[in-house]
Amino acid sequence: MIPTWVALAYLAAAICFILALKGLSSPRTARRGNLIGVVGAAVALVVVFFEGDLDHLVPILVAIGVGTVAGVVAARQVQMTQMPQLVALFNGVGGGAAALVAMLELHELAPLGDRAEGFALAATAFTIVIGSISFSGSLVTFAKLQELITTRPVIFRGLPIAFGGSLLVAVALAVLVVVEPAIGWGILLALLGLAIGVLLVLPVGGADVPIVISLLNAFTGLSVAAGGYVLDNTLLLVAGTLVGASGTFLTKLMATAMGRSLLNTLFGALKGGSTLGASVMSDRPVRSAGPQDVAILLGYAQRVIIVPGYGLAVAQAQHTLRELVDLLSSRGVDVDYAIHPVAGRMPGHMNVLLAEAQVPYEQLKEMDDINGEFKQADVVLVVGANDVVNPAARSTPGAPIYGMPILHADHAKQVVFMKRSMRPGFAGIENELLFDPKTSLLFGDAKDSMSKLLNAVKAL
Amino acid sequence: MNESIVWLTIFVLSIFVGVEVIAKVSSTLHTPLMSGANAIHGIILVGAILVTGAADSTVTLVVGLAAVVLATINLVGGFVVTDRMLQMFGGARRPEVTRREDSA
Repeated sequence: MIPTWVALAYLAAAICFILALKGLSSPRTARRGNLIGVVGAAVALVVVFFEGDLDHLVPILVAIGVGTVAGVVAARQVQMTQMPQLVALFNGVGGGAAALVAMLELHELAPLGDRAEGFALAATAFTIVIGSISFSGSLVTFAKLQELITTRPVIFRGLPIAFGGSLLVAVALAVLVVVEPAIGWGILLALLGLAIGVLLVLPVGGADVPIVISLLNAFTGLSVAAGGYVLDNTLLLVAGTLVGASGTFLTKLMATAMGRSLLNTLFGALKGGSTLGASVMSDRPVRSAGPQDVAILLGYAQRVIIVPGYGLAVAQAQHTLRELVDLLSSRGVDVDYAIHPVAGRMPGHMNVLLAEAQVPYEQLKEMDDINGEFKQADVVLVVGANDVVNPAARSTPGAPIYGMPILHADHAKQVVFMKRSMRPGFAGIENELLFDPKTSLLFGDAKDSMSKLLNAVKAL
Repeated sequence: MNESIVWLTIFVLSIFVGVEVIAKVSSTLHTPLMSGANAIHGIILVGAILVTGAADSTVTLVVGLAAVVLATINLVGGFVVTDRMLQMFGGARRPEVTRREDSA
């Protein structure tokens, strides 16, 4: 039996988590919200040692120490551009932990045979399979974002059958766990979960990976909730369910922001859609320009809008870009940044990257606020972005990004793309705007071109 | 009242709370919010500690300790990386920027 004061402390921790999520959803309170979450976790971690008699205290504390060091080092060292992968990784290990906890519970419950509660066994099976899916699925998303494997959808003949078959077998195994509890079934279920996770994420295209991370995040939350039921722990139930529910909702919000339906994200490639097209570089003529040409365009413009993309961050050119913008502002040019909701690799990622370069928050304009202003813009400078200004999203119903809200860069008088090559963007499709007569291209590494451009503007 | 019903009640109410509290989030905060929620499910650490504390063999102890390490990484790393993201914007933005420039 759990002591009353421990149960009350768990309740306090649960409230902290609710307030944490609430705080995290508004810019003003976000940081405080996160700290409230830390308080909740700290309270829970102290009182858990008073819940009952625990053996192996020293190894447990050592393991917590090891995990803390690993977590802090990873979180501190990671480049801001690589943060999405790290979140995926953290989510994966959380799912793995939940699956392992459920395995140990099954080991406890199995000898009880018929006396074990059927619903608890079902929850155990659920935690094992969902936790395993989240673990392997997150590792695959990590590999995709880190570009260890291709970011393009990976599909092979029979994948839908393998996926569907695995799901059916998993359900059958889960039933076996309930009817005939044995650790062997649990291990098979975990292995199958790992396979399902891989099959689930492989067909997802690179641009959609953030949505999948969010979905797997919700999965881990649900597996933790089920684990809470098994362990008779209300805090795990509440915290897991909160994350499961808010994660699912957030996944939907993200999918909407990207103009995708969740089902299309997951299974679109299986239908043999056009996500697979246009991997070849186009040899159609484009107009390329030198840094001096672009400097003149920018230096004598009245209104300039910058569209930053992931390529900017990868090249670490955001500081140079800020210098350029400061210089243009001092020349009397009116400059803003237009931030697409999914610029970068995740919604809000670009805001974080630019804030790191100390770009004033006021200059960052959200898509809906600035889209009407492109018509008045003399020059739009697109740095390391592509898909978010692709007019095909408005005009070509067959395109994989059709329906995605985009920045109307094509409405401006002049468009300048800073690009490494003619390679298509993360979504793998060609951008008509590149071939528009009012578009010039400045080829090269973003940082290199940006420094040249900066010097050229200084020389005006 | 049947205990399962109590659990079901908590579960259903938590779903509503989970959706309600984040319903109005701006897209700017999607990533930090995901990361923060991600840290919160690291609380599975509590479960990992409980099962490890009840381990009855070397194998179960090792599996339990592995779960403790993984869950701690999720919990601690998740909160730290979220805080790093949020340092960049939010409440104390202006003084923050000035201070960093001073120290640079």
